[in-house]
Amino acid sequence: MNLFMLLLAAPLVGAALLAVISHPLRAAWVNVLASGISFIASLGLAFRVLHQGRIFAFSDWFFLDAFNVFLVVLTAFVSTTTAIFSGPYMRHELAHGKVGAGRMRLYHAMYQLFVFGMFLGQTSNNLGIIWLLLEIATLATVLLVSLYRTPGSVAAAWKYLIICGVGISLALFGTAVLFFTTSEVLGHGNAALTWTRLYAVAGKLDPTVMSLAFVFLMVGYGTKVGLAPMHTWLPGAHAEGPTPVSAVLSGLLLNLALYALVRCKMLVDAATGTHFAGYLMMGFGLLSLMVAAFSLHRQQDIKRMFSFSYIEHMGLMTFTFGIGTPIANFAAMLHMTTHSLVKSGIFFTVGHAAQQMGTQAMSDIRGLIRHHPGIGWGLLIGTCAIAGFPPFGVFTSEFLIFSAALEQYPWTVALLLLGLLVAAAGLFRFVPNMAYGEVPDHARQVPANMLPVYVHLALALVLGISITGFLAGWYEQAAALIHGGGA
Amino acid sequence: MSLVLLQQVISMAAAMLLLISFALLAQRRMLTVLHWFAIHGVVLAATTALVAYSSGDSELYISAAITLALKGMLLPWVLWKIILQMHVHREVEPLVNIPVTMLIAAALVLFSFQVAIPIEKLSHLLTRNTIAIATASVLLGMLMMITRRKAITQVVGFLAMENALFFAAIGATYGMPLVVELGVAFDVLIASIVFGLFFYHIRTTFESLDLEAMEERR
Repeated sequence: MNLFMLLLAAPLVGAALLAVISHPLRAAWVNVLASGISFIASLGLAFRVLHQGRIFAFSDWFFLDAFNVFLVVLTAFVSTTTAIFSGPYMRHELAHGKVGAGRMRLYHAMYQLFVFGMFLGQTSNNLGIIWLLLEIATLATVLLVSLYRTPGSVAAAWKYLIICGVGISLALFGTAVLFFTTSEVLGHGNAALTWTRLYAVAGKLDPTVMSLAFVFLMVGYGTKVGLAPMHTWLPGAHAEGPTPVSAVLSGLLLNLALYALVRCKMLVDAATGTHFAGYLMMGFGLLSLMVAAFSLHRQQDIKRMFSFSYIEHMGLMTFTFGIGTPIANFAAMLHMTTHSLVKSGIFFTVGHAAQQMGTQAMSDIRGLIRHHPGIGWGLLIGTCAIAGFPPFGVFTSEFLIFSAALEQYPWTVALLLLGLLVAAAGLFRFVPNMAYGEVPDHARQVPANMLPVYVHLALALVLGISITGFLAGWYEQAAALIHGGGA
Repeated sequence: MSLVLLQQVISMAAAMLLLISFALLAQRRMLTVLHWFAIHGVVLAATTALVAYSSGDSELYISAAITLALKGMLLPWVLWKIILQMHVHREVEPLVNIPVTMLIAAALVLFSFQVAIPIEKLSHLLTRNTIAIATASVLLGMLMMITRRKAITQVVGFLAMENALFFAAIGATYGMPLVVELGVAFDVLIASIVFGLFFYHIRTTFESLDLEAMEERR
C-alpha cells in the first residue's frame, strides 16, 4: 500500500516540480530521479504481488496482480531510461532553438504526468477509468507530438488527434454496451465496471451483447494499439515528434491499450465460452503484421520505417494474445518485454543518428559507424535484435510464438513466417546503407548518451540467453491468470 | 405523466436527434451547421432530463445540466467565435456531394437498426427503443468527419458523435456511473481546448483551415 502510494506520488510530485524548474540540466535530473523512484517502488510491488497474490488499494479502486504489475515494472523501467536519454537529447534541441525554455518545462511536466497516467491506468480496477486515462494520455501526447510546430508535426498531430479520437470514442461505445449487460447483473453502479467483480460473475453476462461490445472495443482500442487498417496515424505521430516521445509512445502508451484489450478479451471469453474474441484479435493481428511488413519497404524516413516495424510487432502480440493458450500468453508477454526494450533502444539510437546527420531522410544518412561508432553499431545490433536474430530475446519470444501457433493453428505459421521475413528484409534493405560507407559532409559531432541503449540491448541479450526461474515463474503465473479469466 | 406517454416523448426526442444529425449532414453553410449543433446539444440535455424524471435517478439530472452547459452552449459558442475570428470560408466543402452523403446516411440507419436488435430484445428499460437511433447517430457523426474537408466541420462531426455516444449510454443503461460520466465531460472539455489550440496552430502554420493544404505539405 505504501509502496503503491510512492509509485503514484513520485511522478506526480515530479510533474509539479518540473513545471517550475527552468534550469534545463536540473530539470533533466529531477525527471530521471522521479522515474527512478517509481521504478524502485514498482520492483518492491512486484515482489509483494508474487509472494502474496493480488493486492487492492483504496478499497477496490486499484488492484495489482501478476499481469498488470509486469506492465508497471516495464513502464517504470522504460520511462527511467527514456528520462536518462532525454536529458542530453532535449538540451541539444534547446541549444538549436527547436524548442524554447517554456516549452521545455511543458515537455518535462507533461512527461511525468503522462507516466503518472500510465501507472493509474495499469493499476485501475475500473474499465471506465482505464478508458478515461487512455483518452487523456492521447490528448497529452498530441501536444507533445506537435511540440516543434513545424507543418509536418502539426499535420501529423491533427491526424493522430482525429483518428485516435474516433477510435477511442468507439471504445467508449463498446464500454457502454458492456455496461448494459453487466449492470443487469451487478446493479447500476461502479461495481458493474470493476474488473475483479466482473470476472466473478462473467458466466452470467449475456454472450451476444458481450460479443457486440467486444467488436467495438476491438476497433476502438485497436486504433490506439496501431492495428491495421486503423494504423495510419501512427507513423506520422512517431516520426514528427521529439524522439523521447516516440520512445514512450511506442514503449508504454500503446502497451496500455493492448493491456485494456486483453483484459476485455478475458472477460468476453469467460462470458461467451467461445473463441470469438480470440479469432477477432488473431485476424487484426495478422493483417497488421502483413500490412506493416510490406509498407516498411516503401519508407524514406528512418523513424517512419521503424514505426512500421513497431506496427508489425504489435500485430504479432495481438495475434498471440488471440491464440490465448497459456504458452501463447507467456510468449506474448515475453515479446512485449523484449520488444519494448529493443524498440525503445532503437528509437534512442535513431534520435541520436538524426541529430548527428541533421536529417531523418534515410538517403542522407551514411557512414554512421565511421562517424560515431557507438551509434552506428548500436543501430546495426539493435536492428539485428528486432529482426529476431538469435541470441537476442526477440528470437526467444518469436520462437515461443511459433510453437504456440503451431500447436493450435498450424496454417498461420506460414503467414507469420512470410510477414517476419518480409519485414526483416525491409529493415536490412535500409539499415546497412546507413551504418556503413563514407561520412557525408553535412554530418556534425553532437554529444550522445548511448548508455540507455546498451542497457536495453544487454537486457534483451540476457533474456535471449536465459530467462531466470524467478521471471519465468512470474510470467507463468500471469499467463495462467489471463487464460483462466482472472479469477 | 403516464409511463406510456413518457416512453413516447422519449422516443420522439430520440427521433428528433436523428433528424438533427441528418440536418447537420445536409447543411451547406457553416453557421447553420453550428446552429444545428447547438440544438443537438439542447435536445440531448432535454432527453436526459426526461429520462432522469422517468427513472427517478438523481445522478442523471447532474449529467443533464452538464450537457446543457457544455454541449448546448459553451462548445457551439466557442466554435462560433473561432469561425468569426479566423474568417473561415462560409461554405461547407464536402468531399462527397450532399445527395450521395444522404443516401449513405440512410443506409447506415438501416444497418444500425439491424445491429441493435439483440440489445433491444434484452432490455427492460423504457428507453430501449432509442438504442438503434443512438447507434445511427454515432455513425452519422463519423460520416460527417469522413466526408468534410474543413478542420472545423470535422470537429463538429466529432462532437456530434460524442453527443450520440452519450445518448446511447443513456438509452441502453440510463447512463454510465457518475464518475465515468463526469470524467467524459471533463474529457470533452479538454478535447475542445486542444482542438482550439490546434485551429490556431494549423492556421499559423498553413494559413488556412483547409485540410488539403495540410495533406499537400506532407
